[in-house]
Amino acid sequence: MKTIAKTGNEAMAYAMKQINPDVVAAYPITPATEIVQIFSNYVADGEVDTEFVAVESEHSALSACVGASLAGGRVMTSTASQGLALMHEILYIAAGNRLPIVIALVNRSLSAPINIHCDHSDTMGSREAGWMQLYCANSQEAYDSLIIALKVAEQTAVPAIVSTDAFIISHAMERLEVLEDEEVQRFIGEYKPRFSALDLENPKTFGPLDLQDYFFEHKRAQIDDFSKVLGTYNKVAQEYAELSGRYYPALEEYKTDDADVAIFTAGSTADTAKEVVDGLREQGRKMGLVRMRMWRPLPVEEIKAALGKFKAVAVMDRSDTMADFGGPVFLETRGILYDAKKKPLLTDYVYGLGGRNIDISDILRVYDEIEQVVKQGKIDKLITYLGVRGEE
Amino acid sequence: MSMKFDRPMNWKELPAGCLIDEAATSLRFKTGDWRSMRPIWDAEKCIHCLFCWITCPDTAITVQDGKMTGIDYDYCKGCGICAVICPPKASAIDMVREEK
Ligand code: SF4
Ligand code: SF4
Repeated sequence: MKTIAKTGNEAMAYAMKQINPDVVAAYPITPATEIVQIFSNYVADGEVDTEFVAVESEHSALSACVGASLAGGRVMTSTASQGLALMHEILYIAAGNRLPIVIALVNRSLSAPINIHCDHSDTMGSREAGWMQLYCANSQEAYDSLIIALKVAEQTAVPAIVSTDAFIISHAMERLEVLEDEEVQRFIGEYKPRFSALDLENPKTFGPLDLQDYFFEHKRAQIDDFSKVLGTYNKVAQEYAELSGRYYPALEEYKTDDADVAIFTAGSTADTAKEVVDGLREQGRKMGLVRMRMWRPLPVEEIKAALGKFKAVAVMDRSDTMADFGGPVFLETRGILYDAKKKPLLTDYVYGLGGRNIDISDILRVYDEIEQVVKQGKIDKLITYLGVRGEE
Repeated sequence: MSMKFDRPMNWKELPAGCLIDEAATSLRFKTGDWRSMRPIWDAEKCIHCLFCWITCPDTAITVQDGKMTGIDYDYCKGCGICAVICPPKASAIDMVREEK
């Protein structure tokens, strides 16, 4: 174990180097460009054995990854925002074919208007594609999560997206502890694909037409495989904790034991909110934080248990569903809590779109307002757009 | 694992992913069953130019020793291309409606 300083992008590229995948096919896009740029240096310097495929678009990047994964390779790529949108079609194809490809992603808003800064609309727009999703709060976690995700993906045959917040994490230099190359290799083990298109002794048919008579059965089986991801994740995260000393639950609770209210959010904002909680605790206010780390599959029972104990919860969503009903985390959390025996009053704060800064005073305001909800015993405003001009 | 095709499989029996555990399985699926028009070949009129053989999109024209020998109705979809391409002087293929 050694301590180094790295940005989120450098940390993810470093994890990819230690994983040493068979194939990386990628196309550059701000703010994720550095990940594959740094990785291509590792390739050029002979520090990895990877076949690096430079392609002409993200659609081609993920298509090449699908081919390499069908051939039995350990495969990774990287993208952000519009790049993920362009991959959208192939996301479903990779997942449907059970190809455990891992994407090192940087969350960036989707155009229009064009913008290169952070929000979660890119991955939230792909949450039905059949990929595991992990949202990281800092560079250390991004490094660790890529290694964990790769192992979970290969054990479950479900592909994975690990993401950081644009610039806030991707370009911020942080102190970071990394494993030795051999430790990473021992942890992930040798990849034993379930099938290979290059196995000429046992030819198979990949991606055939599948109509009314079998499509539904194939989808049902895929949904069943997906239901095993959380259990495998918990096991692998535990193994990783034993190796590294760092444990990452699917859902993280911070100072929630005796708390009356909590914020439920993801990414770098959760780390900022921890600072706020510490300050509030010093004032004797019983407030906590629940951090959503895994959003696909949904840790349903964990969310029910964690949020059920509060009187009120403010969800903070860094994207909107365009359903006139707030953000995706709010919408799905409401669904999860519907049949919970104990459930909190639940409000939504959509914030930080296009990288709009979220600072301590914004988060304090949310805690103040959610405390007010408890006092009144009712919600005045269900959905608030936080930090946008023209809004109360 | 070899896949069974004698009855429809349920979702728990399928191999992971939408792969088929063997190659060239399309040979076992007769795709001619949705034909509504049937090409009828007249061996007497045929001049064995093989235009039909080269244009048939389903490789349903059977040929032996450079001579046309007939139409494989297991795969012929009844598109009528063979009848159109057959030289007018020969006119060896007629399209007729399929009987119910
Ligand atoms: S009708 Fe069409 S499919 Fe059938 S033999 Fe003629 S060209 Fe081939
Ligand atoms: S196109 Fe007509 S004449 Fe030529 S081989 Fe076919 S059936 Fe015979």
